[in-house]
Amino acid sequence: MFDRRLLQNFDWILLLLLVILAAISVANLYSATYPTRSTGGAAILQRQIYWFVLGFAVFLLMTTFNYKSLERLAYPAYIVSILLLLAVLIVGKLTSGSRRWLSLGFMAFQPSELAKIAMVIVLAKFLAARDEFMEYHMRDLLKPISLMMIPAVLILKEPDLGTALLVVFVSVSMILFEKIHWKTFVALGVTCLGSLPVLWLGLKDYQKDRLLTFLDPDRDPLGAGYHIKQSKIAIGSGQLWGKGYLEGTQTKLHFLPEQHTDFAFSVFSEEWGFAGSFLLLALYFLLIIWGLDIARNSKDKFGSMLSVGIVATIFWQVIINLGMVMGLLPVVGIPLLLFSYGGSSLVTTMAMLGLLMNISIRRFIFQERGGIGQ
Amino acid sequence: MRNSEFDPISEEIFKSRLRRARAIVVLAFAVLIIQLWLLQIVMGPGFRRQSENNRMQLRDIPTFRGVIKDRNGEMLAGNRPSFDIYVVPSEVDDNLMLADRLGELIGMSPAVITEKIEAAYRRSPFKPVSIKKDISRDELAVIETHRFSLPGLKVEARPIRHYLFGSLGAHIIGYLGEINDKEIKSGQYPHNKAGDMIGKAGVESTWQEVLTGISGAESLEVDAAGRTIRVLSRRPPLSGENLWLTIDRDLQSLSEEILSEKKGAIVAMEPSTGRILAMASSPSFDPNLFVEGIAHGTWEQIVRSEGFPLQNRVLSGQYPPASVFKIVVALAALDKGLIDQKDEVLCPGIYRLGDYQFRCWKKHGHGVVNLHRALVESCDVYFYVLGRRMGVDTIASYARRMGLGELTGVGIGNEKPGLIPTTGWKLKRMGVPWQAGETISASIGQGYVLATPLQVARLISAVFNGGILYRPQLALFIENGRGEKTRLFPPEPERELGIKPEAIALVKKSLIGVVNEPRGTGSKALLKDALVAGKTGTAQVVRLEKDRDEERDGQEDIPLEFRDHAWFAGVAPAEDPKIAVAIIVENGGHGSKAAAPLAGALFKSFLKARE
Repeated sequence: MFDRRLLQNFDWILLLLLVILAAISVANLYSATYPTRSTGGAAILQRQIYWFVLGFAVFLLMTTFNYKSLERLAYPAYIVSILLLLAVLIVGKLTSGSRRWLSLGFMAFQPSELAKIAMVIVLAKFLAARDEFMEYHMRDLLKPISLMMIPAVLILKEPDLGTALLVVFVSVSMILFEKIHWKTFVALGVTCLGSLPVLWLGLKDYQKDRLLTFLDPDRDPLGAGYHIKQSKIAIGSGQLWGKGYLEGTQTKLHFLPEQHTDFAFSVFSEEWGFAGSFLLLALYFLLIIWGLDIARNSKDKFGSMLSVGIVATIFWQVIINLGMVMGLLPVVGIPLLLFSYGGSSLVTTMAMLGLLMNISIRRFIFQERGGIGQ
Repeated sequence: MRNSEFDPISEEIFKSRLRRARAIVVLAFAVLIIQLWLLQIVMGPGFRRQSENNRMQLRDIPTFRGVIKDRNGEMLAGNRPSFDIYVVPSEVDDNLMLADRLGELIGMSPAVITEKIEAAYRRSPFKPVSIKKDISRDELAVIETHRFSLPGLKVEARPIRHYLFGSLGAHIIGYLGEINDKEIKSGQYPHNKAGDMIGKAGVESTWQEVLTGISGAESLEVDAAGRTIRVLSRRPPLSGENLWLTIDRDLQSLSEEILSEKKGAIVAMEPSTGRILAMASSPSFDPNLFVEGIAHGTWEQIVRSEGFPLQNRVLSGQYPPASVFKIVVALAALDKGLIDQKDEVLCPGIYRLGDYQFRCWKKHGHGVVNLHRALVESCDVYFYVLGRRMGVDTIASYARRMGLGELTGVGIGNEKPGLIPTTGWKLKRMGVPWQAGETISASIGQGYVLATPLQVARLISAVFNGGILYRPQLALFIENGRGEKTRLFPPEPERELGIKPEAIALVKKSLIGVVNEPRGTGSKALLKDALVAGKTGTAQVVRLEKDRDEERDGQEDIPLEFRDHAWFAGVAPAEDPKIAVAIIVENGGHGSKAAAPLAGALFKSFLKARE
């Protein structure tokens, strides 16, 4: 099924963006783990390179089949991911107070990552399933909102506020691509605002602490505020041109916390300055805009909505992480896509980008088959 | 698959949604870029500074204060390590547990420790906070063995002042105190900063600039845990220079021993140079108490305690010189040619002036005395007559020539000038004219006349060194760390007395007689091996109803604080004096009994040691 036309339509731009980001990410990880070289830093770098190799394999694998076959798999995949989310709550590995990891014996993975993909696919299928144009009313939205809430609540239970929020943000973004009756829109908006206090009560103390600290960073400059303060110092002290590769003092001297995971961008920004950060942001920007173009060019609605879901996932992860390390958003612990250390998230990301590529490659197929002019 | 394809209206909506999505993406990235620009470009320099502050730690490298030695190189003030306990708040696992254990080990209240750590944690958690300074060796040993169970604890050594012999020479050496704001602002301490200990009294203060080292500094790169990664730059400390004093430790020690349990002062001087050999003031204090900055309570206790131990009586104690002053009156009269050695006066034990009677200390009088006898036996009446003939202003001008009534310029302490009254002084000060009776009192060194022991020592030195008044000196030389002399202090002759040598010779002869002749008042200072010369004095504290009487041992009946002060000023050996002393024993009674023997002991010991 992998014919020459597909190869001709291969989206080199998308691949190029990925390769550049992956290369910068590895180089930056080298610097971020530099100070701990002797104490496991080298192993982290090595593992991430393996993950990238695996990631690219998954990426390519995801382009080999026609994405339309995913429509049939949407609900089974969704149900499996919900079951895994339930399983992780029961038998998940407890690390630093939360159960996020499911051990498969040879490796551990986060079911919430699978849920992210399944959610996007199932919503894309649901939203693409309508024959005719119709405004969405409340009763039409009950199903997609329920589909969204089940994994979101389960993930929140782990607890993993960041991923739960991401699932909600991505799902809502996708739903908002449909035309929603204004009354329903207002009603939902009010419901959301009304549920904020309930959500607040459901938060763990440390999560409340982070939010309060975000609102008032001087509340506890060494506790929750310390991370964000040191991150801002790292980024800000990079100034225009940065301190130079491997020369970031905030990083090397450990003032910056979580420097190879959540705060990887701060490491980069300290060493490459505004100039480098601007370029990196430009790459992410291009990736997202390119993704939206793929959504536009897809000739079927499932493909479009799937692209939108994937782009929304990329967009929110990038925005939340960057907003967080720059002090614009509270610390919720979302890694920077393609940039932070972490295998599970990297493989998921590469799988999603593979699907995006899949859609991109097949953008002309229906045009030819159906003979519809552009 | 048909149901997945776009119908035209849906496609239109989708396209418009995509446009909005693109706008939102652009907006979101614009916000991020603006924030980056704010952080890195607008606030960049500030954050760069903060990252440098994070990274760099400036640390003082302590310096050594110059040591103080006696004239023979014996160390009097040196430095010793003080072991100080610090806690780095960020490294403490369990504050309460640490406070409990530490409190037990060093005898401190755990609550106080907890409070210190918590306060420091809020201020600057990576900076060590001082818990206790200068712990004992025992405490150090216990702490070192428990080090592993006390995370966050740091012990640092730092040199502090140590006075090897405690109170020995305390008034000369002085003491240290923490520099205060006023002193910092005065600009007189360019090498010191807040928290430094500087000399506050004695030579520690006078030679502060020489003794103080210049502390070095290190700029260190530290990591988030406060560990030193590397030294970025370093300025080595400069030790202070050493000060050699003119003091002889053994003589100083003996002087203090002699004065122990008494109130008074002893100063011994090299007559031919003005260099001070010993300077003792009693009661005294231990300057080691001040080394770490004295607690206010302890300070109050010392200042207020009986006898004012901080006062250096040698140069700020002003006493009536009493009969010692007869040396001045005799020299004045001889120099003026008013008398010669043959002129005689009858001493009936009493001198009448109008309705007043002035007694000689010897109730029944000395009979007919010439100048020599009058000095040897310290006849008051003879000097009453002499004083009356000269007038107080003449006496005063000679007294001033001999260095009384003025500061000696020794350079330490709160030196007092004493007082030499004149008719003009009285009129100006009191608004009433000088009375003839006051001249009588002045001519035996009583009344308004006041002198310090240091002035008296300088005076007696000048009489025996050929008539030269030297500025008293305490500094012998200054030596740098390599043992090279960087500054010498040659003797400083201030002026010649300008008194006829014959007059001086006569007085010298008489002063030898005071000690060596029968009925001489200074006979208790007599030595077998050396010719001692000197003059006793007995200063009245209050005007007593009863007569003063040498033969009467009545002083024991008088309350201590009203007893006379005993003086002795003298030299040995008289023909080529090596040492001059002035001694005053407050409320000691008569000079011949209470002061002269002390001088004898000092001379004996000093001359023996020189052999």
